[in-house]
Amino acid sequence: MDIIIVVSIGIVASLLALIVKEQNSSIAFFVVVVTGIIIFLFVLQKITGILLLIEQLGERANVEGLYIKTILKIIGIAYITEFGAHLTRDAGLSAIAAKIELAGKIIIITVAIPILTAVIETILHFMPGG
Amino acid sequence: MLGEAMILFQIAGIGMIVAIIHTVLKQMGKEEIAQFTTLMGFILVLLIVLGKLSELFQQIKSVFLFQG
Repeated sequence: MDIIIVVSIGIVASLLALIVKEQNSSIAFFVVVVTGIIIFLFVLQKITGILLLIEQLGERANVEGLYIKTILKIIGIAYITEFGAHLTRDAGLSAIAAKIELAGKIIIITVAIPILTAVIETILHFMPGG
Repeated sequence: MLGEAMILFQIAGIGMIVAIIHTVLKQMGKEEIAQFTTLMGFILVLLIVLGKLSELFQQIKSVFLFQG
C-alpha cells in the first residue's frame, strides 16, 4: 500500500525535524522542504497515469488539444504555487506565502487568457446583435 | 522510495553533527571557527536541497508538458 509509505515518511520526517529544530532551526526547515519534495515526487509518478486518461478522454470527445494543454499547465502551476506557499507559511512567513499565492493566481489567469477569449467569442456568436 | 528517505536522515544527521561541533568549539573558546562550521553545514544542506528541488521542478515540467 503506497499510502503507508507516504504516511510513515511524513511521521519520521516530522520527528526528525522536531529533533533538529532545537539545535538549529534552519536545517529543520530543510528537512521539511525535502519531505515535501519526496512526497511530491512520489505523487507525480501517479499523476502521469491520470493525465494520460484525461488526454485520451479529451481526444475521444474531440475537445481541442489547446484546452487540455492549458488545463494541465494550470494544474501544474497550482501545484507548485501551493507547494511553495505552504512551505513558506510553515516556516512562519505568511506574508511571503500570501505573495506567492498572489503571483500564482496572476500567472494562472495569464495562462488562461486564450480560453477566456474563446469563451467570450462563442458567447458573442450566439448574441443576435453580435 | 528508500533512497529518497536516506536523504532525509543524511540532512538530519548533518544538522545534529554541525550543532554538536558548534557547541564543542564554543567550549574550546574558538567562536569564529564555530560560526564557520555552522555556516558550512548550512551551505552543504542547502546544496543538497537545491539539487532535489531542481529535480522536482524538472519532473513537474515534464509531467505537465510545460512549453512556456
